[in-house]
Formats: sequence, structure tokens, C-alpha cells
Amino acid sequence: MTSPLGKDLLGLEHLTAGQINLVLDTATPLKEISERVIKKVPTLRGATIVNLFFEASTRTRISFEFAEKRMSADTVNVAVAGSSVSKGETLVDTARNLEAMKIDMVVIRHPASGAALFLAERIESNVINAGDGTHEHPTQGLLDLLTLRDHFGSIAGLKVCICGDVLHSRVARSNIWGLMKLGAHVAVCGPRSLLPNAIGEMGVTIFDRIEQAIEWADALNILRLQLERMEAGYIPSLREYNRVFGVTRERLDRAPRDVLILHPGPMNRGVEIDSDVADGAHSVILDQVTNGVAVRMAVLYLLSGNTPELAEAAKGVA
Amino acid sequence: MPTSSSIVLSARAFERTVSRMADEIIERNDGTDGLVLVGIQRRGVQIAERIARVIEAREGVAVPLGALDITLYRDDLQTVGPRPVVGKTVLPVALDGRHVVIVDDVLFTGRTIRAALDELADFGRPASVSLAVLIDRGGRELPIQPDVVGKHVEAPARARVDVMVAEVDGRDEVAFAPADQP
Repeated sequence: MTSPLGKDLLGLEHLTAGQINLVLDTATPLKEISERVIKKVPTLRGATIVNLFFEASTRTRISFEFAEKRMSADTVNVAVAGSSVSKGETLVDTARNLEAMKIDMVVIRHPASGAALFLAERIESNVINAGDGTHEHPTQGLLDLLTLRDHFGSIAGLKVCICGDVLHSRVARSNIWGLMKLGAHVAVCGPRSLLPNAIGEMGVTIFDRIEQAIEWADALNILRLQLERMEAGYIPSLREYNRVFGVTRERLDRAPRDVLILHPGPMNRGVEIDSDVADGAHSVILDQVTNGVAVRMAVLYLLSGNTPELAEAAKGVA
Repeated sequence: MPTSSSIVLSARAFERTVSRMADEIIERNDGTDGLVLVGIQRRGVQIAERIARVIEAREGVAVPLGALDITLYRDDLQTVGPRPVVGKTVLPVALDGRHVVIVDDVLFTGRTIRAALDELADFGRPASVSLAVLIDRGGRELPIQPDVVGKHVEAPARARVDVMVAEVDGRDEVAFAPADQP
């Protein structure tokens, strides 16, 4: 029995393995739509979706927009600059005003952790979290899971190491929850200054040296070093970071097996990942981008029409 | 009209019916030129495979075989409960200029075929589209009629016609269950 998703997608922490698999199983056949001459299905015809982005994003916003358009939804993009948000309107007022124009779904990216939940509790529309602060980025987690499943056939028993700036990473958190629920072994690797203090309590292994991580892992998910945050003194220098933690061809060549390389983008080539790794035979970084559209189409499909009442019923099933 | 659960097609009759449908398809198309079979998920796919096998045995030609999942084209998605599971759509060749035969297990309201026609149009412009069904149970809600029929069954709206195929259900059989049967 598959359990439905409910009204909103806020994170992977509170989803069951069954619900995560439902998204992945739905996304798989949807990939074919993007290969058609006419890349569009009529499923969400008449649905209105607002992409509410309070933070810069290229890849995620475009991916959501393609997903929405390929499902035939009507979409409106609201970016902070140029919106009434910059005039001091609160998040709830912005959303309620949009809802008064009879929308069906909101995709929200916000710098504050918990913003998506805050919104979901206050409006009737379906809410999809496209990244909230350092909390979660569930569709990124799901597309990483799909990419791993495509390659290895199954997630259970897989050894995945998340490398780099775990402290500031919502991608890391969504990945850890999703991977653990599907039975993977999860590790993190990075400078201690960039690992959350309580990371061990999530049940993950910690590697202090990238060589250990490479020796252990089937796949590395290499996080972007958030250069804009690095002025605060988390690491001595980018050069030093690359020398100690950079994923390089030389280091991978010493691994006992081929290690699959994932990166959520945008990459800092020559910092956390070298170019010949990013463009190498074992990189699935562009597959991740392709899968992102399919996963988001699946989420839109599975949430569409789910009312708050249905969401309550879904909790009983889950 | 049958009153209790009864067999409409046994395994042997199932096989004979599929063979005859294959013959009719070749006859209507005057051979296999440009022919493409497209089965509708789920059991239409297996029936299309069977038909293709018969055609290959008769004519020595492997007809291109596709599968179509029409879930995303359904007209009742706004009203049905949890989202229905989406299956695979695979079309091995471009459909432009081809003679497409849609294959399904049961033809009832015609809504599935309406969705299938819409979906096929997104893949190109076939020279012709026709419809082959194992069972026509009547009860149309749209102006859609089959070109090749395995067997007609007059079934009241609330009765069930269950098509089973060996690949999915372990045996070939078509059974009729009146409305009050569990």
C-alpha cells in the first residue's frame, strides 16, 4: 500500500520510506516526457503555481518552472527584488494576497529555516519547500536519491559520504534523512568547523580526512563551499581547503572501487571538486539536473488537489 | 445476460481470440507496412505483445510495439482520491505517417481511449489510428468505437469484467462479475 504525500512537501525528515519511494517511482516514468517532441502533459491544466523566491536561485527555480510548465500549470514568479516584500510586507501577508488571487500551490525558497512550514500552516494552498535556511531542500534530496537509485538499482546498503560544508547545508540534511530512511549507510566528511556539533546524533559516520571517505564510499555527494559565508573564518583559505578536502583525480585513483560523484551545484571548480572529477566518467552531476525536473514534476503531481483534510487522512495511513 | 460470476473467455478461447484479432489487424492494414501496435498500461500492453507475436509468426515481421500510460491525460484527476500510480510510456518509433493500432483489454466508457488519442497526438501525426480491444462491454460515454473486437459482452454499468493475463496475473482468463459480487 502506498501512502499519499499529504498537502505539503516541507522536508524528508517526516516522510516515510514508502512516501519517498512513491515520489521516486512516480518520477521515473515522468522522465520520458522531457524527451518528447511536445514536452508537455495536460495533468495540471488550470492549476496556478506561484514560485516565491526570497533568495537567489537559478537552477532550482528554473527546474521548478520547467516541471510546472511540462505539467501544464500556469506559473508566476515572485522574486524579492521588485516585489512588495522589499517594501516590508510580511511573508504571511504576501502569501495571503497571492492566495486571494486563487492560486493552488506555492513553491517557496527562503533564507529562514522553518519558513516553508510557517507558510504551510497558514494557507490552504499546497506548499513545496525549495530550500529554507539551513533546514531542508527536499526536492534536491529526492533528486539525489533518484540519481543514486538509477545508478545502483537500490539505495539500501549503499555507502554515501556527504563532503564539505555540512554545517550550512540544507542539501546535506535532506540527503541524510532520505538516505537513512531508505537504508543507506551515511557518512560526512569536512573540516570540524563546518560540521554541526550534533551531527553524530543523526547516526552518521564522521571522516576527518577525505582519503578515508573515498576509501569507504560507493558515492560522494560533494557540497558547494558557500564562498559568501567563508569570510567568517571557517577555513584558513580556499587553496588550503582544496589541498586538504578537495576531491581530485589522484585521490579517486587510489580508491578500491569506482566512486560515483554527485554535486548539487553550482560548483566551485578547483575548490571542493576538480574539473577532471566533475567532468569525469563517474560524474552524474548532469543526470542530477535532468532528474531534478522529473522529481519536481512528480511532487507537483502527487501534491496537486491534496486538501488539508486529505493530508490529515494521509498521516493516519503513514 | 450472465447472473453470477462466470468465465467469458477461458485460456484456450483467449488465445484463439487474440490470434483472430491479429489476423483482422493485418487484413485491415493489408499487411504490416507502417503498422505500430501501442498497448495501454497495464494489460493492454501484454495483449499487444501477444498480437505482435502472432503477426510475427504469420508474416515474419516484427511489428514495432509501444506502451502508453494515460494517467496524466485522465479527465477525472481533479476528483479521484490519492493520485493514481503513473506507469511507463515507451514509443519505439516516430509515429508520423504510421498506422497506429491502440490495443486495450476492455473498452467501456471510452474515456481511456480519449486520453490515449490526446497523448498520441503529442508524439506526432500518424497516418491513421485504429482501436483493437479484447472485450467490448458497451456503456460508452463518448463517441468512440472499436475497429477490431475480441468479444462483445453486454455488461451493466456496475458489473465488473476482469481481464487476467499470464504475465501479470498468472493465467489467461476473462471473467464477468455482476454488480453485487464482492
